[in-house]
Amino acid sequence: MWLPGLNSRKTFSHGIHPPESKELTQDKAIRRLPFAPHLIIPLSQHTGAPAKPIVREGQEVARGEPIAEPGGFVSVPMHAPVTGRVEKIALARDARGGMSPAIFIEQYPAANQEILYGAETDIDSLTPEELVKAVQATGVVGLGGAAFPTHVKLALPEGKSVDTIIVNGCECEPFLTTDHRVMLEQVDSIFKGIRIVLRALGAKQAIVGIETNKMDAVETMRAGIPKGVPCTIEAIEAKYPQGAEKMLTKALVNREVPSGGLPIDVGVAVFNVATLAQIGELMPVRQGLIERVVTVSGTGVHNPGNFLMAIGTPLRFIMDQVGFKERECQIILGGPMMGTSVGTLDLPVTKGVTGILAIAKDHPLAIRNGKVFPCIKCGSCVEACPMHLNPSELGLLARKQEYETMAERYHLMDCFECGCCSFVCPSNIPLVQYFRVSKAINRERKVPK
Amino acid sequence: MSVGTHAIDIRTSPHIKGRVTTDTIMLNVVYALLPVTAFAVFVFGLSAFLLVIVTTGTCVLTEHVLCKLARKPSTVSDYSAVITGLLLALTLPPGFPLWMAIVGSVISIGLGKALFGGLGMNPFNPALVGRAFLQAAFPVAITTWTPAFWPEMQIWSTERFTSIVLPTVSLPFMRPESVASFINGITIDGFSGATPLSRMKFDHETTSIIDLFVGMTAGSTGETSSALIILGGVYLMARRMMNWRIPVAILGSATVVSGIFYALNSEIYPTPLFVLFSGGLMLGAMFMASDMVGSPTTPLGVWIYGILIGSVTVVIRLKGGLPEGTMYAILLGNACTPLIDNLTQPRIFGARKKGERK
Repeated sequence: MWLPGLNSRKTFSHGIHPPESKELTQDKAIRRLPFAPHLIIPLSQHTGAPAKPIVREGQEVARGEPIAEPGGFVSVPMHAPVTGRVEKIALARDARGGMSPAIFIEQYPAANQEILYGAETDIDSLTPEELVKAVQATGVVGLGGAAFPTHVKLALPEGKSVDTIIVNGCECEPFLTTDHRVMLEQVDSIFKGIRIVLRALGAKQAIVGIETNKMDAVETMRAGIPKGVPCTIEAIEAKYPQGAEKMLTKALVNREVPSGGLPIDVGVAVFNVATLAQIGELMPVRQGLIERVVTVSGTGVHNPGNFLMAIGTPLRFIMDQVGFKERECQIILGGPMMGTSVGTLDLPVTKGVTGILAIAKDHPLAIRNGKVFPCIKCGSCVEACPMHLNPSELGLLARKQEYETMAERYHLMDCFECGCCSFVCPSNIPLVQYFRVSKAINRERKVPK
Repeated sequence: MSVGTHAIDIRTSPHIKGRVTTDTIMLNVVYALLPVTAFAVFVFGLSAFLLVIVTTGTCVLTEHVLCKLARKPSTVSDYSAVITGLLLALTLPPGFPLWMAIVGSVISIGLGKALFGGLGMNPFNPALVGRAFLQAAFPVAITTWTPAFWPEMQIWSTERFTSIVLPTVSLPFMRPESVASFINGITIDGFSGATPLSRMKFDHETTSIIDLFVGMTAGSTGETSSALIILGGVYLMARRMMNWRIPVAILGSATVVSGIFYALNSEIYPTPLFVLFSGGLMLGAMFMASDMVGSPTTPLGVWIYGILIGSVTVVIRLKGGLPEGTMYAILLGNACTPLIDNLTQPRIFGARKKGERK
């Protein structure tokens, strides 16, 4: 597998092979979770300016109705995920441990939850500018975890062009299977979405990258390519972090996104499959994003699966539905490599949540409060870092608090915190955790990149 | 169902971790060294056994005491001191006086490692620091060799397990019994304890490659059987606990450089095979140069480091005044490591071409 030349499969260099643990949920079809009695819709679920509420406390809302408008260009509207009543607009806990404003909605148990909003649209009659506006109106953001407003990527900056759309179906994080199920069950919506972004960006072709651990998805997608859509499906090596956009761009079109740059600098735009499936489903009927597929998995739950759930569903309600198996576990929003560990179940599912994992403490790969040994300079981290940085040296510098040197000489700011270095370090040194803190300190001190 | 009583841990990502840890790596290096150590005891008998026990015990004890003196938790449990002790014993002649071995062990851990801040901080391989000290302090004792299977020269005789070579138990600061005269006095005519390397160097006599490979020759305790050293090295490489590039670079460059000398004059220079399988080169390449702490971390740097060590070893052996050069070559390589690391920083992903250091 690691000998060059023996395997001509497309990939990037370095990276790691953590145990995939996807067998828990990969064969489970998407199932709708019941509506929770109370939902919490944070106004800032995406990168960019928070949305502004357009409802008042006590107002009745219908499922699909807009309840908040974008707070700027890099921002998206919110839609009511259920028919019910606005309880209050107040501060709610967020996944980072702080408080941020949210709209609380009480669901009407008797409502039939029909979506009455929307209008059929012929996408071929819209100009690229109108397409951007229409995508913003759906409230779709990057559903792969980043939650970056999708319409912003569709608005080409002056002087830039995109020739290739890359569709990210890698899902390289262990445990997660949402994109896998979406590719098996929502093929038509994905291709509708691909057509929309191809048109909005004027790109010539689309390439879908899917890891080889999902060959059923590769075949389903290949069989589903509609006539006239310039799209190819590529099977690429199952390796973490294959789904990072810089790595995926390298693997599929062999272009290196420059340091500090974006894929658009090399003529590429990257979208997650689930994002495109939602655009393809919602935009032609002018509806808003009100639900998403989430993998609920891990060794700590009784009934793992892939669930379609309303945005704003509290974790406590979800965990009651699937059942805790272990008394002591760690709850993670997202994947185990880059997800957020949360300390409370009073949090809602937001647009960027790909998975909810409960990892029992006795899981073989769970982090025990293991002894930290000194760095023995084994070089494992250097051979794992997908950005070809030197985490070993960066870690020693972080211990010495030489944050400026880290940024100026060792390219600290190119680290995108994939966590490969911490995963492989035999001495249990919390490398990526050091880098996160170092970056924050440098930002505060305004050290130039 | 309420989940209010569940204990939830919070930390930042990643939330999973590979299973290989530093102490398991060190323990596996010990495992990899055991076959060659056992074979050395088989070949050289009780004296070699005592030597291994004494150096390993002293190294572990020194590490423990120095940690306690520094008011730090003892780091004995990471097994790195055991490796140092084993390696030191394997680089010393089997009949080496034990009191000198104790001095060497204390120097290895104290001067080679603890002084720099312990595991991970030592610029040089601690075992080689100890050996270099002994070589300077006791040049005679460290170059007198017991022949394999002494005293009866029979593989299946048992006397070597019941008697010891006299110098082993010589007292501190007493002039040790000359091993050579001691051995020559009672063994068959014409046999000397000279190693294959010194016979090559001073008499231009070669030794059979098979004997070298299997380990039926005189030499340092653990340097003799190339086969078992390779076995241990392959085990570590297969478990990905050793950087395979280092032994490959050292042995490859040693072959090439000695091949050039052999091609120039095959009468005075040995064959590349002889160079590979004699002396400490194999042990050094597999277990000492590949010590993670003293070797570069970058893939390119590792190649440079290995080629440097391999070539310098051969040049010292063939052109220098000493029959063996592995130790000095590795120490030189260790000394160059920070420089090599600095010059071979990897080109980062997406680095812009202009003004970018390579």
